[in-house]
Amino acid sequence: MASVAIGLRGINKSFGAVRANRDINLEIPQGTIHGIIGENGAGKSTLMSILYGFYQADSGEIFVDGHKASIDSPNDAIAAGIGMVHQHFMLVENFTVLENVVLGAEGSPLLNAGLARARSELQRLEEEYGLEVDPDAVVENLAVGLQQRVEILKALFRGADTLILDEPTGVLTPAEADHLFRILRKLQEEGKTIVLITHKLREIMAVTDNVSVMRQGEMVATRKTAETTVEELAELMVGRRVLLRVKKGEAKPAEFRLSVKGLTVKDSRGVPMVKDVSFDVRGGEIVGIAGVAGNGQSELIEAIAGTRSAETGEVLLAGKPVDVTGSADPAELRQRGLAHVPEDRHNVGLVLPFEENENSILGYHAQAKYLNGPFLNIEAIRDDARQKIEKYDIRPADCRLKTANFSGGNQQKIVLAREMEQDPDVLIVGQPTRGVDVGAIEFIHKRLIDMRDQGKAVLLVSVELDEIRSLSDRILVMFDGRIVGERGPDATEGELGLLMAGIEAKEAAE
Amino acid sequence: MDFINLIVQLLDATVRVSVPLLLACLAGLYSERSGIFDIGLEGKMLAGAFAGAATAAVYGSAWLGALAAMAIAVFLALVHGFASITHRGNQIVSGVAINFIAAGSTVILGQAWFRQGGRTPSLSADARFNPITLPGAEALRDVPVIGQIYSDIISGHSLLVYLAFLMVPFTWWVLFRTRFGLRLRAVGENPAAVDTAGISVTWLRYRAVICTGVLTGLAGTYMAVSQNAGFVKDMTAGKGFIALAALIFAKWRPVPAMFACLLFGFLDAFAIRFQGIAVPLIGKVPVQLMQALPYILTVVLLAGFIGRAIPPKAGGAAYVKER
Repeated sequence: MASVAIGLRGINKSFGAVRANRDINLEIPQGTIHGIIGENGAGKSTLMSILYGFYQADSGEIFVDGHKASIDSPNDAIAAGIGMVHQHFMLVENFTVLENVVLGAEGSPLLNAGLARARSELQRLEEEYGLEVDPDAVVENLAVGLQQRVEILKALFRGADTLILDEPTGVLTPAEADHLFRILRKLQEEGKTIVLITHKLREIMAVTDNVSVMRQGEMVATRKTAETTVEELAELMVGRRVLLRVKKGEAKPAEFRLSVKGLTVKDSRGVPMVKDVSFDVRGGEIVGIAGVAGNGQSELIEAIAGTRSAETGEVLLAGKPVDVTGSADPAELRQRGLAHVPEDRHNVGLVLPFEENENSILGYHAQAKYLNGPFLNIEAIRDDARQKIEKYDIRPADCRLKTANFSGGNQQKIVLAREMEQDPDVLIVGQPTRGVDVGAIEFIHKRLIDMRDQGKAVLLVSVELDEIRSLSDRILVMFDGRIVGERGPDATEGELGLLMAGIEAKEAAE
Repeated sequence: MDFINLIVQLLDATVRVSVPLLLACLAGLYSERSGIFDIGLEGKMLAGAFAGAATAAVYGSAWLGALAAMAIAVFLALVHGFASITHRGNQIVSGVAINFIAAGSTVILGQAWFRQGGRTPSLSADARFNPITLPGAEALRDVPVIGQIYSDIISGHSLLVYLAFLMVPFTWWVLFRTRFGLRLRAVGENPAAVDTAGISVTWLRYRAVICTGVLTGLAGTYMAVSQNAGFVKDMTAGKGFIALAALIFAKWRPVPAMFACLLFGFLDAFAIRFQGIAVPLIGKVPVQLMQALPYILTVVLLAGFIGRAIPPKAGGAAYVKER
């Protein structure tokens, strides 16, 4: 058994009334990749910020290499050989890679010596770990995966033996994530200890040696990764059994609710993103649109929802035309029974500085039930918000709280509650579970199935293939702006994957 | 020959009127590069001018005057820092307050102490920074063009003028060649990156505003103890704001800041030199129009002739550790 690189004993931390960490004990063996998993808000990031000296624990002890360490600032953590790659990169975007790496570790008051030393050190790290980055590139011009590599280099340059990565794959494409995991393996081979914080079960299974599960501020279990399963971890995270795949009955498709004919849409640069797309959605079915991000799905649903003008084509809502090439506007469409859960809830779906109750009626605020003459009926709005909070289990259950203070999953529930509770005939949903944790995903999927069973037409766009396959009654695959295929819900992942990559099924068969 | 004389006179005047702009502009550069917007340059200059002139008048020493000017300007800069760094207050409001305090208190104190309607007593030559004649200036005076440029435009200014222009390469060096400069630029762009690198955001920003205080103090000293022989009510006359415009025009870089200040200074000198003179075809241009010229240019330049000026990303926002 290897020695212990990091030991935490009895760590407690509160923010006001919220106990973010309760009596946490944890031992991380040297030279392992240790996963810490938990839902959003379970206290993973807080715990790691304490280890990195960004916050101070209210009580508890930290041991590094078996010695008690007092870590009161990031400086102490760096001195103890702990480095951290933050979820939101801590980089100065208009600095070069080199400048970012030396910042805070310049060595002397004049820069030249430090920069020269960093340059040769980067060269060495590049050779040792395969971490290639042009030291003179300006960070804002680098792809996200490379920016992350700069963060890793920053930590290694400071002599980190233990590297903490907070949700490192949230911003990466699957290929970039695979590359990151290869780098982590390499670092492990060189004797580094890696702590990987994530809420994605698949990553834990793919790369870690051991995994610890946090729930509501407590450390509930530690397992060897090889001896556990995705189902067990999901249950430990949420505290109850979780259905990773929702159950649903037969679809009973009824009349056409939404018809799209020959729709062509250009993006803001004038490049056609949706090319001559036609399909129908009936009441009582979920039609899923699968595709790699950036193949026109976003523009398609924006055009249907009236937030982007189409070039040509027509859209029929309950048989009546919508002026998608001209004056269609979201307010009018809402009145005609079309609800839209936008892909980007932070910039389009919500006004984050608003209170929860204000967001819960946004777009529907002109309805008589929310008004009192020319004024908003604040009491009615809050009552309405409280009902939605209860029905959708939005936490914390406080309709006066600023929306920015809710977790991603709960923010998504706020948007879903707003749109679904208007009882629309057609629901367009973009990326319903992006950045949402396991428990909330299950809930959101159930609600979407309920909508279908009530006879609503649901158009679902997601880049998560699992989600598309488990919810949809029919799957349309989009590639390069066109619908390249339609499959049933029993289509295999491989078959859809090929379509998404633009390879015709026939070609693939040959 | 008259034409050359005219040009030389104009450029000489340009240098003189550019100096307070340049010092204030560089002062603003330190603060704003660190992410603290400072609309109170004007007030700090004015307070510095008053403190410098008053001290020089009482003690008869220009050097003591300069020290007092820097001290009071640094004090006001720290007040701005205390409000906007420590207490995360609104930086614009704090800056405006400093401008009001300086405009009001200089006149009140001036009247209370010297009883000359808010002025300070006229300084004798000993109590001022006087023009320095550079070596060889007299000998070269009669050499056409080059001699005139050297002896009239370059030579014959006070110490503070040379100091102001030396501050330009020095500031560039500090920003781009020292650890302090790297951190200063970083904290104005992404304070969280500085914080996680184990550097104190607060202390770094305080040091930046202290630099601002020192330079605005020097700007005030120059106006009251070198360019003029004493303090006059509202003598900065908006120079602090023109300096801010020059800073934006220069996109927060020291060398372009110098050229921007020289341009504004030239317009000012031009307006002074040509006021009341008849222009062919147009006739006599009203004095007011001439005086308004630098301000009109400011508006025109800032309204779109400079391209996109991207301010330091974290400028104007207090740093709060996120949960």
